[in-house]
Amino acid sequence: MELLSYALGALSPVNLGLALLGVASGIVIGALPGLSATMAVAVLVPVTFGMAPESALIMLGAIYTGAIYGGSYSAILVNTPGTPSAIATTFDGFPMAKRGDGDLAVTLSTLASVAGGLVGVLALLTLAPLLAQVALSFGPVEYFWLAIFGLTLISALSEGSTLKGFMGAGFGLLLSTIGVAVVGGDIRYTFGSQVLLGGIETVSALIGLYCIPVLIDLVATPEAHLKVDEERRGIRLREGLGHAWLGKLNLLRSASIGTVVAILPGAGGSIASLVSYSEARRAARDASSFGKGNPQGVLATEAANNATVGGGFIPTLVLGIPGTPPDAVILGALLVQGFRTGPELFTTNASITYTFVAGLFLATCLLLPLGLLIGRYAFKSIITIPKALLVPTIAFMTVIGTYAIRNSVSDVLIMLTLGVVGWLLNRYGFRPSPIVLGLILGPIAEQGFVQGFLMGRASGAIVTTFFGGPISLTIIALSVLSVFYPLLKERRARRRGHDNGSSHQEASP
Amino acid sequence: MRVSRSIALVTGLGMTIAAGVTTLAVANEFPSKDVQYVIPFGPGGESDISARLQQKYFEEITGQQLVVQYMPGGGGAVGWSQLSDMPSDGYTIMGSNLPHIILKPMGKDVGFQTEDLNNVFYFHYSPDAILVRNDSPYETLDDLIQAAEEAPGTVTFSGSGTYSANDVANTRFQQLADVTTTYIPFKGTGAAVTALLGGQVQAEWGYTTVAANHQDKVRMLAVAAEERHPMFPEVPTFKELGYDMVGGAYRGMAVPDATPEGVQQELSDIFQQINQDPGFRQEMQDLGFVLMDVPLGEMDEFMAERRDMYEASARELGLID
Repeated sequence: MELLSYALGALSPVNLGLALLGVASGIVIGALPGLSATMAVAVLVPVTFGMAPESALIMLGAIYTGAIYGGSYSAILVNTPGTPSAIATTFDGFPMAKRGDGDLAVTLSTLASVAGGLVGVLALLTLAPLLAQVALSFGPVEYFWLAIFGLTLISALSEGSTLKGFMGAGFGLLLSTIGVAVVGGDIRYTFGSQVLLGGIETVSALIGLYCIPVLIDLVATPEAHLKVDEERRGIRLREGLGHAWLGKLNLLRSASIGTVVAILPGAGGSIASLVSYSEARRAARDASSFGKGNPQGVLATEAANNATVGGGFIPTLVLGIPGTPPDAVILGALLVQGFRTGPELFTTNASITYTFVAGLFLATCLLLPLGLLIGRYAFKSIITIPKALLVPTIAFMTVIGTYAIRNSVSDVLIMLTLGVVGWLLNRYGFRPSPIVLGLILGPIAEQGFVQGFLMGRASGAIVTTFFGGPISLTIIALSVLSVFYPLLKERRARRRGHDNGSSHQEASP
Repeated sequence: MRVSRSIALVTGLGMTIAAGVTTLAVANEFPSKDVQYVIPFGPGGESDISARLQQKYFEEITGQQLVVQYMPGGGGAVGWSQLSDMPSDGYTIMGSNLPHIILKPMGKDVGFQTEDLNNVFYFHYSPDAILVRNDSPYETLDDLIQAAEEAPGTVTFSGSGTYSANDVANTRFQQLADVTTTYIPFKGTGAAVTALLGGQVQAEWGYTTVAANHQDKVRMLAVAAEERHPMFPEVPTFKELGYDMVGGAYRGMAVPDATPEGVQQELSDIFQQINQDPGFRQEMQDLGFVLMDVPLGEMDEFMAERRDMYEASARELGLID
């Protein structure tokens, strides 16, 4: 009831206008490669100081929601995930766009984002204090195993050679060690250069490894960027809804995974969408069509990554532990507004909390009309702009965007170098995803291992520290399953084929 | 509005070429335009939050905006190593943090020297503190010390980073109390407090600010400040308990070396004035900070004193011989 009154308060014309503005500008910022949700929120914070607290909170939530969703445009249309949580969107989104279904992919992403976002906000509203305990039950050791589990997803995610997938991940792990180590403070692999001192920033690596190869290929080949079907234009909402209805279980599962995994600070967002993608693929009948433009792949990842918005706020608001960088910025703004985390969340602070949650809810609903509208323009402009103009524009954006992440020229140099390396590796069958996965998970695994080791040594039981807890054992089991599942499935399929006597091509020994 | 701001951010420091032209500005007219405030860390940390609080008062006093930007990486090293190349007209200032700026360059090349940073004003610190969970068996600092004496190395502390304020505090505490503990570095204070709340470690090296943020779940055993913090009148200081520990994470700001003396003084005065505002004082205190004033004139003395202390700790840590 109380919530309702705050929700109605959020619906005042001024606030509604601010939410509209926030979502729209969030989408635009999120869609530009390199301009991230963190930046959008950070830029807005001083502006909100002059506003009434409710309006400020609504606007911050709106711009964040919009920016996370906007990241799917660049993932689908130019194969460049704007944030780590959009990596898996490129797997099926870009192939769809290539074959002329970019408009459908954008519509699907909108529907999935709204569904996922609502699940996340609902969880934040109803289960927050309960779910926050999950975040606390994950210690260094659990994070170590979680990172290992994330790495085993490579076997599920890499198209083609699993071996090459693991090699790519190894390369990514090596890249992740560059710079000043968090644990130990050593300076590693900088070769005395200031350029590498800050390490390799994840988003600039994403831009380099995903976007630059696309640009090089665009210049190197005479074909158009995306295939355009002259007849079918528009937002293809009916078709999109059809896919979403078919994949309703997939949506629900992905959104739930997104919410729960996002609760883990630091690791959550980037792993959530990968886990839901691989789960969607595992559950699907036509698993082989994933990665070649299966609409269900887009639905899974987008539902998951917008669910992380609500999920990530659970530890932020309940425990004061921000799950993601944008969460940290918003928490800072909340602190300045007089908000305190803890048990007063739904009592003393109820007005701030409920207004904020109502604002997130409102913003998620606004994604539907705004997303479809802006998405249509984004798609149209990408297909109508001539290639000679498109390539330099995107190239310019990648450089500016990379520079803007932390005002660093070094990041631009690293991005361009990784781009060329990524293009070369791509030609030899090494995909960017395992490399990026290694880069993201490397530090989590390393820190978790060293911290777990120190903890184990202090208690005199290193083995039980690493293999003792029920959560650790569960994650280990999942990792083993994840590595061997493709083999098992293949064997089962072969055997079944044998039984039916319909096997046309028996693998030669 | 927002778009133009984001563009301003994007073009960022490198593009404040115009700033170079106005170096002739007379000191008493300073500031005549917005001041860029570069935080060498990511958003959301304590440096950011205190900068955000200063923003409002800076505008009230000067009529100009304090524009906060971030340049994270290498625990601050990425930002500090670029300070000397920035415009030296006083319109670009950078957050400066102790013990980071002294410990980072010690014994290795991180792209800057402590002397490269021209500190103008130091405004506050977050006092070091030992935090335990509410249900911890350690009721007093003595309980913890006793446990550490009985089984050296078994009492585990989480903390933020290696060779950081927390690491230094732990080293000094081990020396003063003559005990051995296990210090486990985490990436940032957030991760360190998570480990404490989750029961992964027995105690945490944190700050009064952390305790202020998690009041319902943690308590402090001792605080490394001169006096008891007004928010926590029941928590003793280390000094009261007989350990000569006063320190924490100090924050201030620095400018490139070539910045005119008059402008430096002007900046120092503005930040001192912000520190005097009763509203600001209350907001900072509620978050657990301890305000202090180290103006330009007293900076050298303050830095020398802190340096001596950190050098002793660094020797203990094996960072220098």
